[in-house]
Amino acid sequence: MSVHILPVKVYVRVFVALMVGLAITVWVATQDLGTWNTIVAMTIAVAKAMVVALFFMHLRYSSRLTMIWAGAGVFFLLILFALTMGDFDTRWFQVKGW
Amino acid sequence: MSVTERELELGHQFEDLEQQTEAYTVGMWVFLVTEVLFFGALFMAYIVYRSMYPQDFFAASGELDIALGGLNTAILITSSLTMALAVRSAMLDRWKAQIGYILATMGFAFAFLVIKYFEYSSKFEHHLFPGEHFDFKGENGEHAEMFFSLYFAMTGLHGIHVLVGILIMVALVYRTWRMRAQRQDYIPIELTGLYWHFVDIVWIFLYPLLYLIGPLGSGKG
Repeated sequence: MSVHILPVKVYVRVFVALMVGLAITVWVATQDLGTWNTIVAMTIAVAKAMVVALFFMHLRYSSRLTMIWAGAGVFFLLILFALTMGDFDTRWFQVKGW
Repeated sequence: MSVTERELELGHQFEDLEQQTEAYTVGMWVFLVTEVLFFGALFMAYIVYRSMYPQDFFAASGELDIALGGLNTAILITSSLTMALAVRSAMLDRWKAQIGYILATMGFAFAFLVIKYFEYSSKFEHHLFPGEHFDFKGENGEHAEMFFSLYFAMTGLHGIHVLVGILIMVALVYRTWRMRAQRQDYIPIELTGLYWHFVDIVWIFLYPLLYLIGPLGSGKG
């Protein structure tokens, strides 16, 4: 098995992309998009996380088994979110404070 | 250059270096999955309470310093770059560059914590730490208190991870220095890198969710 040694410019490009993503995130927050503010911010965050995972964490050059585990993390996180919100959104009573 | 050319310590439980490297990498990712769910529980709590009190979270978020949070985001992204370059140096057997990049990463991590310290201090001064002395100047103080509970829990857990990362890097610098005369396995730094980039990813989500929902934007949550 050979080690994947990426050229420095790949890492620098990823870095620049992440910085641009940060700038866009801050700029979007100054715009009034209603509920879309959160959706846009999360979409950018997911894109940034993907770039970090694929290049900085070398996921793109990793084995299938590694990719499956990375996917499992996201999968179980979505199960956690979906089932919990499914519960909260369908309760007939209002939860009062805490 | 292939790993098999290297004279590395091969655990007796492994067939060859390829299998050992794969086992270590997958093992680290398994750990990261547990970390995703560890933080996931806090993100879950955030989603539930923000969906219940969108307006109050919006108002409370306005108390956070967007500039300092943004600076910290930039610092962590930069530290991820230096960490990636440290891993690359290790793969190329450049131990001096490796130590240099790890030290740079530690420096950025430390700067992150220093800024976090000033942010926390300011929150304490303004009575925004949840508890007896919590005093929010807007409506629905108890909902704002929930926001700050989540803020301190999420950034606190993240901060502990940054601190642990620094400690691991201290050990790595020592190890790299001690073994400088011989060829080294790049796996220890590669796995530390995976951990560090994960910590960076967590912050990538924390920054917009905690800092950027405030009065900068719509106000509708």
